[in-house]
Amino acid sequence: MDFSLSEEQQLLKDSVQRFVREEYELESRRKLVATDIGYSEDNWAKMAELGWLALPLPEEYGGIGGGAVDTMVLMEEFGRGLVVEPYMSSVIIGGGFLMAGGSEKHKTELLPKLGAGELKLAFGYAERQSRFDLNDVECKAEKSGDGYILNGHKGVVFHAATADKIIVSARTSGGSRDADGITLFLVDNNCNGLSRRDYPTVDGLRASELELDGVAVGADAVLGAVGGGAALMEEVVGQAIAAICAESVGCMDVLQETTNEYLKTRVQFGVPLSKFQVLQHRMVDMFMECEQARSMCYMVTLKIGDEDPVERAKAVSAAKVQIGNSGRYVGQQSVQLHGGMGMTDELHVGHYFKRLTMIDTMFGNKDHHLKRYADL
Amino acid sequence: MDLAFSNDDLAFRDEVHTFVKAHLPADIAESVRRGRPIAKADIQRWQLILYNRGWAAPGWPVEFGGTGWNATQRYIFDEVMAEFDTPETIPFGLLMVGPLIYTFGTDAQKERFLPKILNGKEWWCQGYSEPGSGSDLASLQTKAVLTGDHYLVNGTKTWNSSAHIADWTFCLVRTSSEGKQQEGISFLLIDMNTPGIEPKPIISIDGAHHLNMTYYTDVKVPVANRIGEENKGWTYAKFLLGHERNSITEVGLSKQRVRRLKSIAEEERTGGKTLLDEPDFAGKLADAEIALTTLEYLSLRFLAEEAAGRPIGAEASMLKIRGTEIRQQLTELTIEALGYYAAPFEMEQMSDRWNEPSIGPDYAAAQMPQYLFSRAATIYGGSNEIQRNIIAKMVLGL
Repeated sequence: MDFSLSEEQQLLKDSVQRFVREEYELESRRKLVATDIGYSEDNWAKMAELGWLALPLPEEYGGIGGGAVDTMVLMEEFGRGLVVEPYMSSVIIGGGFLMAGGSEKHKTELLPKLGAGELKLAFGYAERQSRFDLNDVECKAEKSGDGYILNGHKGVVFHAATADKIIVSARTSGGSRDADGITLFLVDNNCNGLSRRDYPTVDGLRASELELDGVAVGADAVLGAVGGGAALMEEVVGQAIAAICAESVGCMDVLQETTNEYLKTRVQFGVPLSKFQVLQHRMVDMFMECEQARSMCYMVTLKIGDEDPVERAKAVSAAKVQIGNSGRYVGQQSVQLHGGMGMTDELHVGHYFKRLTMIDTMFGNKDHHLKRYADL
Repeated sequence: MDLAFSNDDLAFRDEVHTFVKAHLPADIAESVRRGRPIAKADIQRWQLILYNRGWAAPGWPVEFGGTGWNATQRYIFDEVMAEFDTPETIPFGLLMVGPLIYTFGTDAQKERFLPKILNGKEWWCQGYSEPGSGSDLASLQTKAVLTGDHYLVNGTKTWNSSAHIADWTFCLVRTSSEGKQQEGISFLLIDMNTPGIEPKPIISIDGAHHLNMTYYTDVKVPVANRIGEENKGWTYAKFLLGHERNSITEVGLSKQRVRRLKSIAEEERTGGKTLLDEPDFAGKLADAEIALTTLEYLSLRFLAEEAAGRPIGAEASMLKIRGTEIRQQLTELTIEALGYYAAPFEMEQMSDRWNEPSIGPDYAAAQMPQYLFSRAATIYGGSNEIQRNIIAKMVLGL
């Protein structure tokens, strides 16, 4: 049992930290968020060059073959910088689906491109009625010749506009909330019948509403087994949750550290705010939330590869609940303790607060995962 | 980073498992399972079994009779102990004064005291708080005046758990009123049979006698029973509080509490189904379990740090805060689960002499006293508010 980083992981951490320091001043990020695509292609190319896009991909397909801990290290630093490049959508989730469900042809053709930054992916799963249930799928895929015709809607698909291909969950059989009968399809972004409405999200990212109106795909667009998409989604979304927990820890640590410093410098009633016991205890509670979130981040990172699916699911949901609780507390209290300044767009605090708020929602919020944990 | 156990670790787990399964007396396990108070003799009986196996003190170094286990082994040991219904370790000897004696004591003190702490023959209690000194411990007034080769101790100590059944006490006394309060305190080991010591019961809200007010009138304590230097007692007390903060994390015990609570919730019914299947209750239970898992990994991180030779600082206060909060969360849920049968308060039901049918379900009687006494957990060992002060000052620099 060991919670320390290896030498390689420490080097990775240093290198991501340097990137964040150089490229992610709050002002630079503000400019990126305001561009057409909402992030920097230069940064993406740099991430490819540094090997980060290939980090979790297998070596036989041009990847680095990194594990969950490597991803954690990287995502935590991305969290500290509020990095907006589509790493989660493309590499963690997109790459995750290709690795877990892709055919040999998919892997050979797509994984090297993904790692090289020549291919971007997104994942469309949510629907208007589904809320956080991955298996509540009404989007239909009907057999047509060798292929399928897709009809339906996908909501809040992160980074869809800049993705080359979008992985879409659709129902090939069964009732609308059945786990069986969901199939995952790899759909070209520019294909006929696919229309997008693109928009910015509150946390500085981009997302789209997708309408699929008679989108025709070949049999080779299927990822994993036909009708077997539920298990595949559970696996890949579990990995995404582990990664987003690390991102969240990075966000929380920044807020905790900077709020702590702020209390020491802001003077009211002739003394620094840090001298008021009521604020000291608030700060201690924030610190404890950060440390608890970090503990659960380690836990889920180390258990995400567990062979027992129930153990794995419990680890994922438990971590997501803790991250949700901690993130909300640390985010809200950071705004509160900064007083009026915490309400300004100018200060970094609000931007971290917004990201933490959305991290709770991503892949099911605290309530969703509490219920899932209780049902396991 | 790695959670995996080595083959040696797995073999070790099997070894502990097999041993506890074979040697934990069934009557003790049954009492623990039912949440009854465990008698001193039963705790000593179990302690001796562990002692004879060489496992009395998992946290002590080998040279003083400990196991010398690494962090992983200690974790595994605690896990297995919690898996079976073993009685909780009484902290005063093994977790508190023992480590203090082997760290700061003389050779004679080590020889005199450590073996009987290990085998459970001598029972210890703590003499810290006074009627006028609670959270502000350094204001304590119990006086020790050096007279030849002994101190003469006069004063009153309070909240002394087990003082009425203890053989020895470790006591903070004032040896100087010069300078800062903290600099006039000494640390004495006192034989509870010395003339002039009089513990008086304090009955707590759970109806039980755990606590005492202890009066000291001209109590003679040999100088040889002082730990370390005169007027340096505060330093030792702080060291010891650090140990206490770790030990009241109670991850293993809270796992037992979760198991007990689940079995109760499986029996209790509401709206035609079990309480365990009632979504609101199930949600609260899941919430508590997740909080406990979080505490477990938080404490594992500390354990790993310690094992890597990096001593834990004031951050350990977090473990005390969360450990006690979670204990209270679980005891509260447990009485909530009982519904009306949280009410019957027939203390005789807990004794061996009770041979009538139980009032309500047989698991009910023990739960309310446990809930009530658990309220003390956020008060003792430095209240949770004091722990927050400590973190604010020592860790966050506020």
